[in-house]
Amino acid sequence: MSNTISPAAHQDPHRVEPDSGRETSTYLNNGYGWKSWLFTIDHKRIAILYLVSISFFFAIGGVFATLMRLELATPKGDMLQSDTYNKLFTMHGLVMIFFFLVPSIPAVLGNFLMPIMIGAKDLAFPKINLLSWYIYVVGGAATLYVALTGGVDTGWTFYTPYSSTYANTHVVPMAIGVFITGFSSILTGLNFIVTVHKMRAPGLTWFKLPLFVWAQYATSLIMVLGTPVLATTILLVGLERLFHIGIFDPTLGGDPVLFQHLFWFYSHPAVYIMILPGMGVISEIISCFSKKRVFGYSFIAFSTLAIAVLGFLVWGHHLFVSSQSAYAGIVFSVISMLVAVPSAVKVFNWTATFYKGTIELTTPMMYAVGFIGLFTIGGLTGVFLAIMSVDVHLTDTYFVVAHFHYVMVGGMLMAYMGGLHFWWPKMFGRMYPEFIAKFAAVTIFIGFNLTFFPQFLLGYMGMPRRYHVYPPEFQLLNILSSAGASVLAVGYMLPVFYLLWSLKWGKKASANPWGAKGLEWTIPSPPITHNFESIPVVTEEAYAYGSEPTITVGPGHQNPNPHYKDDPIV
Amino acid sequence: MWNDFPLLPDNASKMGFQIDLVWWFLVALTVVMTVLIFAAVVTFVVWFRKKNDGRVATQIEGSTQLELLWSGIPLVILMGLFGWGTAVYVQLMRPPADVMDFYVVGKQWMWKVQHPTGQREINTLHIPVNKAIRLTQTSEDVIHSFFIPAFRTKKDVVPGRYTQQWFEATKLGTYHIFCAEYCGTKHSQMVGTVTVMTQDDYQNWLAGVVAGESPEETGKKLFEGMRCVSCHPVSDKTTTIDGAPARGPLLAGIYGKEVALKDGGKVTVDDSYIRESIMRPLAKVVAGFEPVMPTYEGQLSEEQIIQLASYIKSLKGSEENSGAADGGAKK
Repeated sequence: MSNTISPAAHQDPHRVEPDSGRETSTYLNNGYGWKSWLFTIDHKRIAILYLVSISFFFAIGGVFATLMRLELATPKGDMLQSDTYNKLFTMHGLVMIFFFLVPSIPAVLGNFLMPIMIGAKDLAFPKINLLSWYIYVVGGAATLYVALTGGVDTGWTFYTPYSSTYANTHVVPMAIGVFITGFSSILTGLNFIVTVHKMRAPGLTWFKLPLFVWAQYATSLIMVLGTPVLATTILLVGLERLFHIGIFDPTLGGDPVLFQHLFWFYSHPAVYIMILPGMGVISEIISCFSKKRVFGYSFIAFSTLAIAVLGFLVWGHHLFVSSQSAYAGIVFSVISMLVAVPSAVKVFNWTATFYKGTIELTTPMMYAVGFIGLFTIGGLTGVFLAIMSVDVHLTDTYFVVAHFHYVMVGGMLMAYMGGLHFWWPKMFGRMYPEFIAKFAAVTIFIGFNLTFFPQFLLGYMGMPRRYHVYPPEFQLLNILSSAGASVLAVGYMLPVFYLLWSLKWGKKASANPWGAKGLEWTIPSPPITHNFESIPVVTEEAYAYGSEPTITVGPGHQNPNPHYKDDPIV
Repeated sequence: MWNDFPLLPDNASKMGFQIDLVWWFLVALTVVMTVLIFAAVVTFVVWFRKKNDGRVATQIEGSTQLELLWSGIPLVILMGLFGWGTAVYVQLMRPPADVMDFYVVGKQWMWKVQHPTGQREINTLHIPVNKAIRLTQTSEDVIHSFFIPAFRTKKDVVPGRYTQQWFEATKLGTYHIFCAEYCGTKHSQMVGTVTVMTQDDYQNWLAGVVAGESPEETGKKLFEGMRCVSCHPVSDKTTTIDGAPARGPLLAGIYGKEVALKDGGKVTVDDSYIRESIMRPLAKVVAGFEPVMPTYEGQLSEEQIIQLASYIKSLKGSEENSGAADGGAKK
C-alpha cells in the first residue's frame, strides 16, 4: 500500500511477522504480569480490558434474560416471584444498556482501531482512557453489589414517583452505579473528539477518514452532550429519595412527567450512541468484502451527523400517552419521522455498495447482511411508534420490546459481532475458524428472529411489556420466543469457545488477511505498541479499492484470504 | 393454548378501524421495503460473488441523483404517513359532545371506576355499546396506564393530574383492561375486564347495582361538609350561603370559562385547575381575591376531589351569574 504510506516510512508493509518464527515485539508481548495490563496506557490493551469486562456483563445480562424467557414460557408465575421477575427485567436492561451496548463498539473496537485508523500512536489522553475504564469498573462493581444484595425493580427507565418514593429496592446504589459509569462515557467521548481533531496523520483530511471514525466521532458528540443530563436526572432521583426534596413526586410538589422528559433527553440519543458505531462497522465490512469503495461516502458521513443532531430532538415520542401536550406530541412525531430519512439513506447506500463488487461472504459479511435486514425491520417498526395514533395502541407493549431489540440486538450486536470477527486477526494475530464462525452467525440470525419476531405480534395483540403473568391466549407466541432465545443463547456461546480457542490454535494472521484498505491493515497483526514505526502520510482516499496493488501479501502467503482452497482451515 | 390463539386481536371500537388501517399500511410498507432491500442484497451477493475469473469490482463513487431520489421518496412517504396518523390522532383527542363521563382512579394494584350515575366497580367496567365514553383518570400513588387493546386506546394514569381518553365500543363482548405502565410488584396483575352491553342490558345492570350517590351528590355533601360553602358563594355572587361576604370566587357556571388571575395571567377552569386549586390553592389565585384558602392536600382522597369537581361542574350559572363570575374576577 505504498501510495498510502510515504516512502519515508521505514517499515515494510509486506512482511508478515508471525510467520517468521522469531518473537517480534507486539503490544501483546510487551510486558506480561497483571501490572502490565492494569496500569497500561496503551489504547489497544485498554480495549482488551474493555473486551473482557463487557463480555462479562453481557454474560450476566444474558443470564437475566434466560431466566425471564424461562418464566414466560407459561402464563402463570410458576417459576419466579413477581418481585424477582421485576428485578430481572430491570437488571437485564441496566446491565445490557449501560455496561454492554453503550461501551461495546466505542470502547472495544473504537479504542483499539480509531487511533490506528487515523495514523496516531494512541488516543490524545491515554491516561484518561485508562481512567475511563476504571470508572466503568467502579460503576460495574456498584451494579454487581446491587445484583448480589437483592437487586432493583424500577425498570431500567427509573420512572418516578415509583423509583423516587415507592420502590423498596436498591435504587440509590444502582443510581450511583449508572451515575458513575456515565463519566466513563463522557471521558471516552471527549478523548475521541480531541483525538479525531488533533491526532490525524498528515494528509488525512476529514473526508478521507474511514466511516467508522465518522461514526465514532458522532457518537462521542452525543456522549459528551447527552450523558451529563442523565447524570443530573439520576442525581435528582437520588436527592428526592434520600432527602424528600420535591422534584418528581407530586405529593412533594413535584412533577412525575418532568422525569420522563429529562430521562429521554439522554436516553433517546443514547439509542444512537448504541447504533451509530455499529453503522460505522458495517460500512467498513461491506466495503472490504465487496472490494469496493463505499457508495455515497459523504452522504453516509453526513447522515451520521444528521442522526446525531436530530436524535436530540425526538425524545417526546416516548411520551405520547404520558399526558404530554398534544401539540408537543405532533412536533416530536414529525421530527421522529425526519430522523428515519438519514437511516434509510444509509441502508440504500450500503445496498448499492454491493452492486458490482467482488463479494466474499465471510463471517463478518454475513453479520453485515444480517444487520441490513434486521436494522431495516427495526427502523421501519420505529416509524410505527413515531405515528401518534398507532403509538397509542403499541406503546408499552411487546411491540416496543421487539422494535428496540431489532435495533439493539439485530442491529448493534450483529455489527459488534461482525466487527469483532473482522478485526480479530488484527487484534490478536490469529484467524478464527471460518466454518464454525459462519455456523454461529446463522444460528444467531435464526435464533434472533425466532425470539423477537413473535414479540411484534404479541404487542399488536396487546400484551403489555414487563408482565410477569399474562392471559393464556398469549402463550403460543411466548413459547416461540422462549424457544428462539435458547437457540440464540447457543449462538452466542459458540464464539466464546472458538474465539478463545483461536488465540492459541488459530492460524497466524498476516498483516492484511482480508485484502482490506485502511491504515490498520498496513501494520503487523498484532500491532506493535506504538502502532506505527513512523507516522504515515496519507495521500489516498478511504476505501481506494480501485488502486493497485491492492494490499500487503507476505512471502509464503500468496492468498491471505481464508476462503482460498490452500487455506487448511476452510 | 391453541384454541385460545387469536389470529388478530379484537377490534371493538369506533376509532379502532382507523388506527388499524394506518397499522396495516405500515405493515405492508415494512414488508415491501424489507423484502426489496434484503432481496437486493442477497441478489448482489450471489450475482457479484467473487469467482476466479479475474473480474475486479467496479468502483462507483456514488450518485447525487440516486441520493436525492432515495431520500426524497421516503421523505414524501413519511410526511404523508405523519399527516394521516396525526389526523387520526386528532380525532382520538376530540370526543363527541354527548360523551358519558366515567372516572378512573388507579392505585397499586387495582382500578377503581365510577359511573356517571354513581355505581362503582373495581377492576371491571360495564359500558353501553355505541355510546361515547370518556374516562377522566388519576392515580393515588405511582404512574399507571389504562389500556384496552380491543379499543386500541391507552392513556397514562398520572398522580397529581388528570388525564382523559375516550372511546366508543362497537361490539358486544368482554375485553381486557391492562395496566401498561410498570407500577411495581403486581403490575401484571393490575388487570381487569371491560364488558360492552346493549343499552337495555346496561340499564338493567345499573339497576342491579346499589347505585349509591352520583358523584355530584357526594360532591355536594362534601362541599358543605368540608365548609367550602363558608367562603365560596354558589348562587349569590357577593355573599356566601351563610350571608357572609364572599372570600372566594363564585363557582356556579365557572366550569369551562376563562378567568383572570391575580398575577395577571389567565386560566381555563377545568378538572385539573379545580384539582390544583383544592390541593395547592395559592398556585393560581383568581384576580380580586386574597390568597387565604388553606390546602386540602392529604384531607381528601382522589375520588373525593373528583366528586367535588363533578359538583362544581354541575353548578350551572344563570346568564347573570356567568357574567358575575367574570365581573367578580375583574373586581
